[in-house]
Amino acid sequence: MKNELTRRDVLKAHAAGIAAATAGIALPANAQPVPGGLSSLEIKWSKAPCRFCGTGCGVMLGVKEGQVVATHGDMQAEVNRGLNCIKGYFLSKIMYGSDRLTTPLLRKRDGAYAKDGEFEPVSWSEAFDVMAAQCKKVLKEKGPTAVGMFGSGQWTIFEGYAATKLMRAGFRSNNLDPNARHCMASAAYAFMRTFGMDEPMGCYDDFEHADAFVLWGSNMAEMHPILWTRLADRRLGHEHVKVAVLSTFTHRSMDLADIPIVFTPGTDLAILNYIANHIITTGRVNEEFVSKHTTFMRGVTDIGYGLRPDNPVEMKAANSADPTKTEPIDFEAFKAFVSEYTLEKTAELTGVEAGFLEQLAELYADPDRKVMSLWTMGFNQHVRGVWANQMVYNIHLLTGKISEPGNSPFSLTGQPSACGTAREVGTFAHRLPADMTVTNPKHREHAEEIWRIPHGIIPEKPGYHAVQQDRMLKDGKLSFYWVQVNNNVQAGPNTSNETYQGYRNPENFIVVSDAYPTITAMSADLVLPAAMWVEKEGAYGNAERRTHVWHQLVDAPGEARSDLWQLVEFSKRFTTDEVWPAEILDKHAEFRGKTLYDVLFKNGQVDQFPLSEVKAEYANKEADAFGCYIQKGLFEEYATFGRGHGHDLAPYDRYHEERGLRWPVVDGKETKWRYREGLDPYVKPGEGVKFYGRPDGRAVILAVPYEPPAESPDEEYDVWLVTGRVLEHWHSGSMTMRVPELYKAFPGARCFMNADDARKRGLNQGAEIRIISRRGEIRSRVETRGRNRMPPGVIFVPWFDASQLINKVTLDATDPISKQTDFKKCAVKIVSVA
Amino acid sequence: MRSQNRFRRLISRRRWALVLLSLTLAGGTAALAQMVPELSGPKQSMDELAAQPMPKWVVDDVRKMRAYPDQPPVIPHSIEGYQLSVNTNRCLSCHKREFTQDSGAPMISVTHYMTRDGQMLADVSPRRYFCTACHVPQADVKPLVQNTFKDMSEMGVKPLGSE
Repeated sequence: MKNELTRRDVLKAHAAGIAAATAGIALPANAQPVPGGLSSLEIKWSKAPCRFCGTGCGVMLGVKEGQVVATHGDMQAEVNRGLNCIKGYFLSKIMYGSDRLTTPLLRKRDGAYAKDGEFEPVSWSEAFDVMAAQCKKVLKEKGPTAVGMFGSGQWTIFEGYAATKLMRAGFRSNNLDPNARHCMASAAYAFMRTFGMDEPMGCYDDFEHADAFVLWGSNMAEMHPILWTRLADRRLGHEHVKVAVLSTFTHRSMDLADIPIVFTPGTDLAILNYIANHIITTGRVNEEFVSKHTTFMRGVTDIGYGLRPDNPVEMKAANSADPTKTEPIDFEAFKAFVSEYTLEKTAELTGVEAGFLEQLAELYADPDRKVMSLWTMGFNQHVRGVWANQMVYNIHLLTGKISEPGNSPFSLTGQPSACGTAREVGTFAHRLPADMTVTNPKHREHAEEIWRIPHGIIPEKPGYHAVQQDRMLKDGKLSFYWVQVNNNVQAGPNTSNETYQGYRNPENFIVVSDAYPTITAMSADLVLPAAMWVEKEGAYGNAERRTHVWHQLVDAPGEARSDLWQLVEFSKRFTTDEVWPAEILDKHAEFRGKTLYDVLFKNGQVDQFPLSEVKAEYANKEADAFGCYIQKGLFEEYATFGRGHGHDLAPYDRYHEERGLRWPVVDGKETKWRYREGLDPYVKPGEGVKFYGRPDGRAVILAVPYEPPAESPDEEYDVWLVTGRVLEHWHSGSMTMRVPELYKAFPGARCFMNADDARKRGLNQGAEIRIISRRGEIRSRVETRGRNRMPPGVIFVPWFDASQLINKVTLDATDPISKQTDFKKCAVKIVSVA
Repeated sequence: MRSQNRFRRLISRRRWALVLLSLTLAGGTAALAQMVPELSGPKQSMDELAAQPMPKWVVDDVRKMRAYPDQPPVIPHSIEGYQLSVNTNRCLSCHKREFTQDSGAPMISVTHYMTRDGQMLADVSPRRYFCTACHVPQADVKPLVQNTFKDMSEMGVKPLGSE
């Protein structure tokens, strides 16, 4: 019987095979000689945004046997349509450096915590015991202003939101700032001062519509390579398109430039005012737009450099006490103000050929040319960064080239959720979600209502910003400090005199959460091992207002836990009686005796979505740990801040189905261009253009001058130092230096230098040198060739290399308005090691 | 058998303690510091280090296996002095379809002829013009940190025809 059936099956299969072959149909998979069957070859593919820059490319991740085995660019992702840069293509390997942190590490001596002890592995419960005890000690002795946290533009939206709740509503401290302060604070302040609302009006679709691109202090070819492919596609595919690139040295983006401009550091301010002057004097002001939609202001000048107040440079500045002051003026006054920026004067000050300046100005002045301006750190890391940002808006507003396809002043971001987490959630020392601020009593009240906590809990005084945190740590005013998802001992300015001193100050307890043993982690007292990227469910917001969500795809190694779990779990160790004022608790007795976990996260909102709503095919460690779909709960509570106020987000679940959506998402539709009727649902019929972030609906054109940098080369320190990134490494290299292919592509930092400058000092290509400033020194190697060609008197050193800590050399001067550090301009000297 | 299992479980649970014990026995207190993952930079955060010599590039022209099929291949030759600008692209002068027969270089992937919308063009798509955004040469150095990434071919998959 059995034999017969088998024989019949074989015959049938044979017949089917002949029939299939005759008909030209491929055999079914199980007839192929694949040992183990086709299922053994299968890879589970899921979407996620890239872990690196603010471009926000979509990637597809292949998972097999609990590990990521491959990644590629997502064809369905609007941002990158199947492309990735070299870093994106190696995302598969970033989680697998062999030195992943898998257990908490605490400095100990004789079995107990000791500031001068050696790191020993401890359990989570011991780690949190010591951490909570240290936090309570500082709260008791120095109060909530001595408690602080340094977060990140790489935090997921939920993590940033949980952190802002824990710090402001839990510990009652506004000393929460993201590393994004170093990255785009100037851009954010300029958006608020010009439009009353943060983030770009346009989007990446502008790349396919513009007739000209102007890069202001941005090397997109290396730092935003996928946006560069869209720009190159437009420039090389359409003959009339022009590209202008402005920088303090020649780099890869100049390879595509029709108008290459290398200017003396800091003088970009003069070029911006010259362009405004050129537009006015050649009669190309868009008068209708200007009269209907703009208003003119003049800013105070001589505003200082954000150095410590006892610094002589700071004491000399007339308006360092209030650098933000402005007064209304009219068009005539603005015209007179910029009239001194003539072509001759600007060419002389900047060192740029007059012909190039004129061609550049014409790109903006020509009414028939759509212009996209793009900038990143050259503008933002600038002691006059807010001014520079506002001055580029000036020229777009004077010509009305804004808020429509192809006419787009566009501030790029460097971190995957600089916009989504740092700005939209509001993890800056002065901010709340949806562009609100802690200084505004109505905003605080509104936040307290949404968070279901008593009025008066959120403190009104802005906390310490990034650079101030370092100074206050050193001075012992900030003594309990938690750092997540950043490497500030490598990234911060003037680190050996400021940042590092604060970490090792015996009065302070420093906690660092990271996936790898970075230099910051190793400078801490307690290291918490973090789950990273797709080891947890996440949400990022990119530079074009796109919110993008992903599932947990693999498990984190060992005891590593997400920053979200760490924040929420730690909140269980505090009761309201320990952290909230007695007079508030007297009035609201129902909050007495509750933990911060109860009042912040088990508040009936964050915990309202049951585990059953988590997609069964994906793990979710945080949901399991807290017994609810906590990411969805946090997101939905957070989204109530912005819905109906121009920051509308879609329902959470929809984001799992989309390759991201650009807010405001109204009636299920994303918004590509804001402030223009027909494109933005918030602009009513008949209004045309409305900058509704400001009460008068008008954008600000600001009159401010050129002012020199904080420190310029002199006889002894005779060279400008510019720091930055390279294509192959991202930020401090903690992920990319652990990918062998990326490491080998750029194994160590070098000092890019002008060949004549090297020759004059008797230095050959590859020679070992000391780079010395008034703050500190490092050793590096001379590179006179390669991708960057330096003008005389300027060197470039990337900061990804932990063995060449260039930030020991940099200056902690900031824009006095945005408090963002200027990493692009300080004076150094070069000395041979030999 | 049973005791072996228990021992293995013990190792995994008490791995740190065992490592600590063995290292302490072997090397005394110096080994204690070794137990925690090592920093990739200086031993003490602010120490100054000598700069590593400039790297030598791998120029053996031997094609390197990809870590997964979607990985852009690395460049096994020198690209020093290569021009890659609006006017000229030295890479394409060997790797473009029309030139590969004479140059013997591998042809760029068919994906490089596609537009943003997935349409094939007669020549390389402008969006793929800047080769070095994805393809990089490799220095002749050891990795800074080992990577435990596992190749998919090692995962329960037997290659076609291996039985």
